[in-house]
Amino acid sequence: MIAGTAGVSSSAEPKPKVIKILARRFTYTPNKITLKKGVPVVFELQTADVLMGFSIPDFQTRADIVPGKITKVPLTPDKEGTFTFLCDIFCGSGHETMNGTLVVE
Amino acid sequence: MAIDRREFMRLAGLGGVVFASGLRQALAATSAGSDGDFYFVQLSDAHWGFEGPPNPDAKGTLKKAVAAVNALAEPPDFIVFTGDLTHTTDDPKVRRQRLSQFRDIVSELKVKTVHFMPGEHDASLDNGEAFQEFFGRTHYTFDHKGVHFIALDNVSDPRASLGDAQLKWLADDLARQPKNANIVVLTHRPLFDLYPQWDWATKDGAKAIDLLMPYANVTVFYGHIHQEHHKMTGHINHHAAKSLMFPLPVAGSQPQRNPVPWDPAAPYRGLGFRNVEAETKEAKYEITELPVQKA
Repeated sequence: MIAGTAGVSSSAEPKPKVIKILARRFTYTPNKITLKKGVPVVFELQTADVLMGFSIPDFQTRADIVPGKITKVPLTPDKEGTFTFLCDIFCGSGHETMNGTLVVE
Repeated sequence: MAIDRREFMRLAGLGGVVFASGLRQALAATSAGSDGDFYFVQLSDAHWGFEGPPNPDAKGTLKKAVAAVNALAEPPDFIVFTGDLTHTTDDPKVRRQRLSQFRDIVSELKVKTVHFMPGEHDASLDNGEAFQEFFGRTHYTFDHKGVHFIALDNVSDPRASLGDAQLKWLADDLARQPKNANIVVLTHRPLFDLYPQWDWATKDGAKAIDLLMPYANVTVFYGHIHQEHHKMTGHINHHAAKSLMFPLPVAGSQPQRNPVPWDPAAPYRGLGFRNVEAETKEAKYEITELPVQKA
């Protein structure tokens, strides 16, 4: 009998890194995030005040950040570069500059 | 004092004024049929209530625009405002004050047929509630001399969506139009993904464009981006208008979407206007871009 198993051991897969982001009118904290191409992460987003959006157009990824909840957004970036993430739910004067930078290396 | 088109061009401080001129006079001088040819004025992004360094004449620019439109030798058939009539505020009372003041200022327009639509600054924080109290429906149609105008609302939903109900309404309306109808769409945000990284898009705008594609003669006039921009999606022309408050930079040209700074040596630079001639027989809109001030 061969030791080991024919199945996949789930403990061999590392869990994606969690990156917590706090949104409030009109900033994200942090607002600059560096990732590695091909390495999965999960953004955990919360809002300190109102309903916000979190959108990364270059990765066609978006989610609502609902007050009182943690919103999880998985991402495995498949290209290198510098990309914008932004609030895509109009939230008042200041909305236009509510954004951040995603650097994928 | 009535002014002609060239005088109008020399007036400073106007943004996003779209009008067609010249054609009516030219046609009147000939025996060629001019049925259906007309012009209208488009004003956009007045942001009444905004104050700040990007426009030291924040309280005066809209009034100047009204005066200039009133001084046209040949009045337009009608006028449209393509959104962001007022600047956003969290206070519903202030929002209504601004809408009321805006309405008072533009009530001085001699041409009384004026069509309004909201921008996100007017409508996104209260789903268009205050806008509707002052100006009625946020999406509607009207017909003028053979052209079918459709005003679309991509701002009452703060997610910048038209929504399924409005898309169905659009589909039903279009189903009543012949495929060669002259159709002009008026809206605030770009229907296509101009630059979603700066929220210059409509979430389900592609669905609206898909509904419009079977129609051979469609042109879209919109605002939101505070600069002239021209783009085709298939055979559909999309023309963005300048603002009456402050210009915005070219998409992605700087890290932040901040207003272009005011230059006292070149006041109102970036605030221009547009001359559009509606030739309905050919469904053609000839556009001439003009500077606010000559160099």
